Amino acid sequence: METLWFCLVAFMLAAYVILDGFDLGVGIVHLLVGRNAEERKQVLAAIAPYWDGNEVWLLAAGGTLYFAFPLLYASSFSGFYLPLMIVLWLLMLRGGGIEFRHQIHHPLWISFWDTLFSVSSILLAIFFGAALGNVVRGVPLNEEGYFFEPLWTTFTVVPDAGILDWFTILMGVIAGCTLTSHGALYLAMKTTGTIQERSRSIASAAWWSVAGTSALGLIATSAIRPQIWGNFSTYGWGYIFPALALCGLCGIWVFGRKRRDAAAFISSSVFIGAMLSTTAFGLYPNLLPSSIDSSPAITVSRAAAGTYGLNIGLVWWIIGIVLALGYFSFVYRTFRGKSTPETPVSEGY
Amino acid sequence: MNDALLIDRLQFAFTVTYHYLFPQLTMGLALLIVLLKWIGLKKNDERYHRAAKFWAGIFAVNFALGVITGIPMEFQFGTNWARFSRFAGGVIGQTLAMEGVFSFFLESTFLGLFLFGEKRLGRKAHFATAVLVFLGSWLSGYLIVATDAWMQSPVGYLIGSDGIVQLRDFGALLLNPWALWQYAHTMLGAVITACFVVGAVGAYYLLADRSHQYGELFIRVGVTVGLIASILVLFPTGDQQGKNLAHQQPVTLAAMEGAFTTQQGAPLTIVGQPDMDKMKMDNPAHIPNMLSFLTYYRWEAEVKGLDAFPREQWPDNIPLLYYSYHIMVGLGTIFIAILLVSVFLLRKSRLFHSRWMLWILLLSFPFPYIANSAGWLTAELGRQPWIVYGIFRTVQGTSTTVSAGNGLFTLLGFLGMYFVLGVLFIFMIIRKINKGPEEPIDLQSSHTSG
Repeated sequence: METLWFCLVAFMLAAYVILDGFDLGVGIVHLLVGRNAEERKQVLAAIAPYWDGNEVWLLAAGGTLYFAFPLLYASSFSGFYLPLMIVLWLLMLRGGGIEFRHQIHHPLWISFWDTLFSVSSILLAIFFGAALGNVVRGVPLNEEGYFFEPLWTTFTVVPDAGILDWFTILMGVIAGCTLTSHGALYLAMKTTGTIQERSRSIASAAWWSVAGTSALGLIATSAIRPQIWGNFSTYGWGYIFPALALCGLCGIWVFGRKRRDAAAFISSSVFIGAMLSTTAFGLYPNLLPSSIDSSPAITVSRAAAGTYGLNIGLVWWIIGIVLALGYFSFVYRTFRGKSTPETPVSEGY
Repeated sequence: MNDALLIDRLQFAFTVTYHYLFPQLTMGLALLIVLLKWIGLKKNDERYHRAAKFWAGIFAVNFALGVITGIPMEFQFGTNWARFSRFAGGVIGQTLAMEGVFSFFLESTFLGLFLFGEKRLGRKAHFATAVLVFLGSWLSGYLIVATDAWMQSPVGYLIGSDGIVQLRDFGALLLNPWALWQYAHTMLGAVITACFVVGAVGAYYLLADRSHQYGELFIRVGVTVGLIASILVLFPTGDQQGKNLAHQQPVTLAAMEGAFTTQQGAPLTIVGQPDMDKMKMDNPAHIPNMLSFLTYYRWEAEVKGLDAFPREQWPDNIPLLYYSYHIMVGLGTIFIAILLVSVFLLRKSRLFHSRWMLWILLLSFPFPYIANSAGWLTAELGRQPWIVYGIFRTVQGTSTTVSAGNGLFTLLGFLGMYFVLGVLFIFMIIRKINKGPEEPIDLQSSHTSG
């Protein structure tokens, strides 16, 4: 049962990264792809009906994590206190950037919110990557399973490292590159004309950075946490995840060359999903490894809530997610098509 | 009280009170928008659709602020209250996760359709999206109230050998009797806020001599629905909440009422200042025997005072609890009076020309916000010193690893961030109100090609 919930939470987080990932990515390339207020409006229109629905996946994943693994929720949220709060503020500023931008038609007002939207998107991508890096690297848990990390200490990977050390920064950079590519591919699919052309050229440049940093990340992870490959040697079928990631990466390249934008974007989603699955597969049964040798990691069985609650939860969770997937396909169908200069942005919002 | 605990409590209290300024209007307006659209459909009257559209624009900004300020609430259970989360996550994690999975997806999806899709969907389908947004926001409200109700009156749980709470009965958690009354009371409070806001905008238009037909429509809807809600909030929902308290948290009731000593035929204190050193009420104005009657329906019934309970069970801030409760009840009574007079004048067809009454309606819109906040303060201060009533104390709940210094850093950050958000919010709402309903905020502007 705990294993199933591990998979479900991982699924929700992956859905969040893929979905909110594209609108974060759009934020990263926002200032490059759109060169004036009109073009930038068109860029925003491509994500306007979706972005807050995408963000709900983070909330739903957080809630599900809370109910299925209370200890993990308690430990990681208090341990990552500062970066989480900063992420919250960035999410607020970014939401403000999208919502407030259209309220006043003054160049200064618009360029202020555009810049804020883009900068907060970049920082969020890096922080999310660094968060994943912390989970892979392990954190200094005490016997009760709690910890606290400052933002940084010496930037080296030591047992009492901060949130940011060279390894987690590298992971942040990987996340930044990946979402840049993801967002650019999304825009190539959803726009036309100049914006589409610019998105395509950013995407093809970003591909190299994704491939390069991911290779670096692979080497660094093997050096920092070789245990992550343990599950793969025990259960050989796990290699399907890195293999899928490789396929996704190739797919982005091939379809990108052929200008099949939708296929390239789907490949990018596969790449992200498979990379996260690889990480989750390698971590299991740990939810949060310990960087202190004497204290044990937080594992799925240690963190899980009572069996009765987990069973009941499965019933409503499945109903809820099926409904949510239904809504999503309905919205994406209703607002399908490209974003053009006439597409409305969130005026009333 | 060590510093970290104080800061954790202040931060949660501040962020949740600020947050609730938005959902109360959202939930109330959701109902009024559905009502307006429904009347519009039935009467085939374009004005009601326009009115609904105008309020949808305000709803949207308000909703966005509610979401933005709501995310930190879900995070703070873990960040600042880690030991509480570990203790209770197996139970309240259920309702909080359900809120994410059921209401947030529903609301965010259909709000997008409601705001952008009027032309694509057609009248009836557009009405359906309004209903779904309403259902999503009211479901969200229920799940939050059910979470709070479990903390006020824990049911359906067992405590495992590790000292951690586990869910034993899902049905009991969802249908907690405490939750049902608290929900009805809370939602009516939200409707009152929305009615006063709608009425105040209407009064503003009439006083400013503009948008007459919409001004009159807003006032009519606001005062009529508002009167019904403000009566129901007092009786039966408020009354039943009091009964629940007398039964399950008698010490809280004593503190709220400022009843220091146990008495037969206890008086109801209307005003007065609690003096905690001398354990008495200064400058009291009483109604004899009224508290006994309201609590037990008997004039001579015995009502336990604070002296009947050991000190370590007393709420830790009795004066604030007492004032919060009295502010809520006092304002609730004034609302009924204002709305009664308004509806009377409306029936006599004099309301729209009674400038003094329009001024009162215009100026009174902040007070339901105060009453709702005071109501929540009453509930949550009354729960102290427990975080889960009777089984887990607030001091046991904090995050041990988060220092007071780090807590203060984020508390100050929230103060700054929310100040900026508040200024932007007020600015945008004023712009929308000044723009008025005639030129409706163009929610879907021109067509979408492609």
